[in-house]
Amino acid sequence: MKSYFSELFTGAWSLILGLKVTIKALFTPIVTCQYPREKLEITPNYRGHIDLVKFADTGTHKCITCGSCMRDCPSDCIVVDGEKREGVKGKALTVFTLDFTKCSLCGACVEVCPTKALDYSNEYELAGYAREDFHYDLLKRVEERE
Amino acid sequence: MAMDVETLEDSRHHRYVLNMGPQHPSTHGVLRILLELEGEYAMELLPVLGYGHRCHEKIAEHKPVKSFMPNTARMDYLGALIYNHGYAHLLEKAAGVEVPERAEYIRVITSELNRIQSHLLWYGAYLLDLGAFTPIMYAFDDREHILDILEDVTGSRLTYCYFRVGGVSKDIDDKFVTSTRAFIKRLRSRFPMYEDLVNGNIILQKRLNDVGELTPQLCARYGVTGPLLRGTGVDYDMRRAEPYSIYPQFDFEIPTETKGDCMASFLVRFREMEQSLRIIEQALDGLPEGPVMAAKVPKKLKIPAGDYNASVEAPRGELSYYLVSDGSDVPYRLKVRTPSYSNLSVVPEMCQGMLLSDVVSAMGALDLVIPEIDR
Repeated sequence: MKSYFSELFTGAWSLILGLKVTIKALFTPIVTCQYPREKLEITPNYRGHIDLVKFADTGTHKCITCGSCMRDCPSDCIVVDGEKREGVKGKALTVFTLDFTKCSLCGACVEVCPTKALDYSNEYELAGYAREDFHYDLLKRVEERE
Repeated sequence: MAMDVETLEDSRHHRYVLNMGPQHPSTHGVLRILLELEGEYAMELLPVLGYGHRCHEKIAEHKPVKSFMPNTARMDYLGALIYNHGYAHLLEKAAGVEVPERAEYIRVITSELNRIQSHLLWYGAYLLDLGAFTPIMYAFDDREHILDILEDVTGSRLTYCYFRVGGVSKDIDDKFVTSTRAFIKRLRSRFPMYEDLVNGNIILQKRLNDVGELTPQLCARYGVTGPLLRGTGVDYDMRRAEPYSIYPQFDFEIPTETKGDCMASFLVRFREMEQSLRIIEQALDGLPEGPVMAAKVPKKLKIPAGDYNASVEAPRGELSYYLVSDGSDVPYRLKVRTPSYSNLSVVPEMCQGMLLSDVVSAMGALDLVIPEIDR
């Protein structure tokens, strides 16, 4: 009988203690962010899908079509191709596509690139209606970029 | 059970089968459990697996060893860095790669942050299963800080691929150190709040005490490891039992409880967070300068022929990788021993004869991550 009442008391007290925490939280600043209306700043180190880097000195990318990224990719999502052109040393890049649906963002391509031509983009708002929406033409992207 | 045929047949007559899952709010993922109920009592339980099977072990047999690193993170999405750590540890052991000391420190710090993150998510989700909605909001508030810290250094928020054979992919900076120190202070100050809000709560006590009791013998029979085993009083932790990385240098305790019920594993996990904070603090104090990648890691990593094994302590228990190599850079076989699989196998015996609502308590205490079971 005695333990019944003591349990009743400690039980009720534990609930009051919990409520105290909740009430205290009511007066603390809001920690959430109303996402589509306001956005948090994203860290520059965020790893989105890969992109060819546009170098300011040449105004274009630095890909030499060696195909290291294509070979090192664990998921075979990169396709690189080039052709021999007059007056250009080595091969000129003609195709650089990324199938982002297969990419697992391991970073092997960025690390293996001998000319540091690849980097991660900062894009995180990705949604599409078709699978093909995520087959990126990186060469076109780098040419269109400012 | 001493039952004669007549009553057995009679009680069978009243039994019915209920599907819990594959999509059920209290199974975290696509786990299906067949429950044979008698009234509100679960008399037989049968977990049905395979809904999320992605052939990770088979994939490993088809590509170079280094390329399997991102897959390890997808097995246990809550302990991605620790799975990275285990795999990197395995390959370094097999190929004889020396890891710079700074890289090992970074590995320990990020792994322990990952462990706290996993426990915080378990904490919130478990209480959500039990019907308490608010605690997950507090837990996610804290967890968000860890995700931000790790995002800044690894670039991702959940399925990290940060460790490499011979080190880590990116060095940490002062910002990382200061924000981690700030987080340690913050989480320490939050523990009393959790204590008041949840741990002392009478409803939680009634739901967890004496529910799902395990014994060390039962754990040994099923291979149950992690906080569940430590809740029965066995201080088995891979960081102590088979030290890897630089864990022997740190001063930390292995929290244990004796009762083996849900409350015991609940408290063990809770106290593990405090111990992880201690490890991080010591590692930050002793962080040496130097490179974060080994100088000579061959591009094509050939593993000498033979068998290799490496084990680490994942948030849910012992994680083992077992590699059989034929001398090439593609493994002949890679077996992954994941803790949740063994922990789940104890369910039919542990939950037999329980109330249905207690089954939810007991299952939550296992802290199951379903992709890790199915792989």
